[in-house]
Formats: sequence, structure tokens, C-alpha cells
Amino acid sequence: MDGTKSGFSRALKAAFPATVPVMTGYLCLGFAYGVLMADAGYGVGWALLLSVICYAGSMEFVTVSLLTAAFDPISALLMSIMVNARHSFYGLSMLGKYRGTGWARPFLIFSLTDETFSLVSTLELPEGVERRDFYFWISLLNYGYWLLGSAAGALAGGVLPFDSTGMDFALTALFVVLFLEQWQRRGNRPAGLIGLGCTALSLLLFGADNLVIPAMILLLLVLLGGRRKLCA
Amino acid sequence: MRLTPMETLLTILAVTLGTQITRWLPFLLFPERKDPPGVVLYLGRVLPPAMMGLLVIYCFRNVSWLSGSHGVPELLATAVVVALHGWKRNVLLSIAGGTAVYMLLVQVVFA
Repeated sequence: MDGTKSGFSRALKAAFPATVPVMTGYLCLGFAYGVLMADAGYGVGWALLLSVICYAGSMEFVTVSLLTAAFDPISALLMSIMVNARHSFYGLSMLGKYRGTGWARPFLIFSLTDETFSLVSTLELPEGVERRDFYFWISLLNYGYWLLGSAAGALAGGVLPFDSTGMDFALTALFVVLFLEQWQRRGNRPAGLIGLGCTALSLLLFGADNLVIPAMILLLLVLLGGRRKLCA
Repeated sequence: MRLTPMETLLTILAVTLGTQITRWLPFLLFPERKDPPGVVLYLGRVLPPAMMGLLVIYCFRNVSWLSGSHGVPELLATAVVVALHGWKRNVLLSIAGGTAVYMLLVQVVFA
């Protein structure tokens, strides 16, 4: 165990490059979210408040529309549970890796977004770096990018110095790359294909706006049903 | 601003509560002191690749395959990502290359 300051900064050095793709994506998407909040008439304070305490990219976009509709906190609560239900799967996967992370653990759980999960679940722990510190820095850096993007978007209110159309593809590319990284391990391939297949089927059956929950149920059933085969 | 400040605050708190419930639930159900049951350990092992598959498809959910650019920019850029990653296996290079190609395609070629 290396609890020294140098170990902590070594973890930062190892974590930062891994988060650069998320930085690109979060700055763009956070900016877009901030602009939408500004357009809806909510200042940087409101935009930041939601990002600081809720911190969930796609749900924050949904929240902008909730804030421009009739007041209905119960629907808002239920919708956020539905939209983010996949985060519970992330938690299940991280029970082991987040075990014994001590003081960092509440923050790691709080900040387990799609992008943070994809990094912490896929990346190998670099040599000589403590697990807790590595995951902590990845989580904190990503959180910082999102807050920075949100604030900048809300302040700028739509003025970008260049055409950033398509830059959010960075997050798609990130998921594709991390899927390929999972694919490297032969044992992961059946589960990876099940994830692709169940979600594609759900997209066909339920459409773009309602695909996540049916896809999760479907892949859970297939994974549980195929447990014997997948374990072999 | 259509809602009052109090309504805005309550909406934000409701969304936050819902989101954080989904994040904390597994950790509350299976605290650190207890060993989770075998089926949970199994899911913890197979869910990451499966969820990565879900996220990939999720990113393509709004692509219009039958109209507009027919998903050509998305497929080409994804092919670039896969090819670059197969070649160098450098995460940053694969993502930067794919994103640059995608931006070029949607801003110039399919504009």
C-alpha cells in the first residue's frame, strides 16, 4: 500500500490520459446542456446546481425539458429512475472493484456515469498505482469536465468560436473502443454480443426513445438464462 | 424560466434523488461487509461487456437509416475507429481519428 503523496500524484498521471476522450465529449455535451439551460431562461447558477448534485448527462438534457413544462416533481423523480436504471447495473459490476476504497467510495458511487463506468470497468490498473487513487482521479476528472462544460455553455449561451458539429461522436467512439477492449478477452465475447443483440432488438421493437429499459430486461434474462454456458 | 425558483429547485432535487437512487441501490443492497451471492458476482463479470454493447447501440439510436445520410457517416467513422484500434490499439488515436472523420463527413461531405 502506497498512501503517500507521490503515489497519489502518480495515480493522477496514469488516470489523466485515460480521461482525455471523456474530456472531449463532456466539454461538448456539457456545453450543449448549458446552452439549452440558458435558452430556457435558467442562468449559470441553476445549470451548475443540477450538474453538481445530479451529474447525469442524458438526464440533465431531459431535465431542461422538464423545467420548461408544467411543474410535476413526481414524474421527474420516476423519469430519472427510468432513464438512469442502467446505472444500477454499473454498480453491480463495480461492487468488487470499489470494495475497500475507503474515503473515496461515496464519491465513486455518486459519480458513476456511463463514461466513468466504461473506463473503470474496462481499463487495467497500471502498475504501481493504487486502485482507489486511480478510480478516484478518473471519477473526479470526468466530474470536473462536465461541470466546466456546463458552466461554459450556460455563460456563453450559444457562441462557439468554431463549428463543433459532430464532435460529440467522441463519446460514441469511446464506447466503441472500450467495447473492442472488452472484446480482446475471449471470455467476454458472448456477453458483448448479447449486449449488442438485445439492444438492437429493443431498438427495433420499442424505438429510439424507449429502448433502454426493455434492452436491460432482455439482456438480463439472456445472461441469467445462459449462465451455465457463459461460465463454462 | 417558466417555473418559480422553488418549483425549479424541487424539480432539480427530484431528478437528483432518482438518479442517485439508481447509483446507490446495488451498494446498499450488497454492503462491503457481506459477500454478494454467486449470481451477483456472475453478473458483475458479464455485465461490463454487455453494457458496453448496449451503449454502442444506444449511441446509434437516432441514426436515420432510411433517409438523410442513411447512417453512412456513422458507419464510416465507426469503421475508422475499429481499423485504427486494430492497427495501433491506441485509445486516444482511435477516438480522435474517428471523431475527426465524422466531423468532416457531417460538416463537409454530407452537409
